[in-house]
Amino acid sequence: MSNPAILVENVTVHYGEVLALDAASLSLDAARICGLVGMNGSGKSTLFKAIMGMIKPDAGRVLINGEPPAKARKAGGIGYVPQSEDVDWQFPLSVRDVVMMGRYGHQGFTRRASKADRAAVDLALDRVELSEFAGRQIGQLSGGQKKRAFVARGIAQGATTMLLDEPFAGVDKRSEATITRLLKELAADGCTILISTHDLHALPQLCDEAVLLMRKVLMHGPPDVVLQPEHLAKAFGLDVLNRELPEPDLPGAGIRDREHPDTGLSNQLGRG
Amino acid sequence: MDLFDILLEPLGYDFMVRAIVTTALAAIVCAVLSCWLVLIGWSLMGDAVSHAVLPGVVLAYIVGAPFALGALVFALIAVTLIGVVRNTSRVKEDAAIGIVFTSLFALGLVLISVTPSQTDLNHIIFGNLLGVSIPDLIQVLVLGVVAFTILILKRRDLTLYAFDPTHAHAIGLSPKRLGALLLGLLALTSVVALQTVGVVLVVAMLIIPGATAYLLTDRFSRMLVIAPVISALCSIAGIYLSYYLDTASGAMVVLTQAAAFAVVYLFSPRQGLIGTRLAKARRKKAVALAA
Repeated sequence: MSNPAILVENVTVHYGEVLALDAASLSLDAARICGLVGMNGSGKSTLFKAIMGMIKPDAGRVLINGEPPAKARKAGGIGYVPQSEDVDWQFPLSVRDVVMMGRYGHQGFTRRASKADRAAVDLALDRVELSEFAGRQIGQLSGGQKKRAFVARGIAQGATTMLLDEPFAGVDKRSEATITRLLKELAADGCTILISTHDLHALPQLCDEAVLLMRKVLMHGPPDVVLQPEHLAKAFGLDVLNRELPEPDLPGAGIRDREHPDTGLSNQLGRG
Repeated sequence: MDLFDILLEPLGYDFMVRAIVTTALAAIVCAVLSCWLVLIGWSLMGDAVSHAVLPGVVLAYIVGAPFALGALVFALIAVTLIGVVRNTSRVKEDAAIGIVFTSLFALGLVLISVTPSQTDLNHIIFGNLLGVSIPDLIQVLVLGVVAFTILILKRRDLTLYAFDPTHAHAIGLSPKRLGALLLGLLALTSVVALQTVGVVLVVAMLIIPGATAYLLTDRFSRMLVIAPVISALCSIAGIYLSYYLDTASGAMVVLTQAAAFAVVYLFSPRQGLIGTRLAKARRKKAVALAA
């Protein structure tokens, strides 16, 4: 019997007094694309950190392909695409420099690039269609290109598990489609992909499965089932009886207003 | 007197030669390190550590241990204390840094005041470029070469740490260890620079060159060349100026670096305040001519 690509078992994490994850469990098979849905503070980032082994859970355990995260990290299997706010876009590095960082785990003491490293970087850049921008400073890309540059870093790394934090934030529709296609190709090649997002529009086209997170895993199943309004209501803390539910064909609309009251208000003002 | 004489005359004095060699060395090492400090946002940390090593250096002097050892120990103490105050109280990081480094600096001053042969130690505070002895020079040379070599060999890891510590962690490196390495090198470099400009002005050498280079290029690898070149040239120019103007040499070195920063800040073609406007005007003119 083969091990799941990502196994999270009863993971509990506290930040001081605050309970961030409460016995969260999740099992994800290889080569699947899974969307992790939850509002801010639902524990999405904490779950990512636990999977990468950046925080030690108070209870429970995480296994990547049946092995502890530390071993998977050493083997270079875990790729990470940060959310835009976490990146210093002014940093004086070219797109190629950033993608080359994916190779560091394979290199010697001084991380001197070999021919094979350069070939892997060229291939990865080509795959995400950024070859012509390889020499650009990383901040001089569009929102979608920036995301693709970091996906290319994971490809150059040879990651078999990829974690993407809000890959569709600040990305236009066309880039979103490109990224969706790219991730599907990667999954077809055997890469397991976990995406944290609160942009629900993109999920049904992209994901094989979806997970609703609210400190614990409320639900895990096919996206069209998980994204049903009555289920979303649970994850986003909506009071089903007293409030309007989001439109079924626009699963994200009501939710996002709820999650970002400011945006919702400005939208209403804009319309009025 | 032509330019040649102007450049050659000070070199007739051994103490001037020693001053120039020591300063250039310190300037190069500090400048290389500064590239990471300004990008991580560790300028205040550089300020803190370079001040906080003072008691360590004084204690090392008293017991006859190497200055670098005392400096490393107190850099570690400073960083630990800053972390403790920040994490276990509601005091924010900048305040924690301010409290810890000034306290340690004051402790250093008190230690100096109770230590016989104060003259030597007072030089640590304001630097004593013109009084650099051969043993001083050798110490700067050894520590400088060690710090420089480690920085250059590990430059890619340190840049990764500065840019994306999460990715460093994800591929099995330890961001904590890389951060500690950078802090250790900061302490070591502080000792190198103590000799030249003194504790008070070290931070200038640790920030200005990196900031200047950052305004000139979009490539980190080029920053690592531009910063030390500018820094070394400015330092040597500063010493010549102090020789002919009869001013404080360490302070003159810092002023020269600041002047270079000001010029770049104004006229850098990519980032400069005036430089970018001139480039815009040129483009407009070109468009107008073409039309």
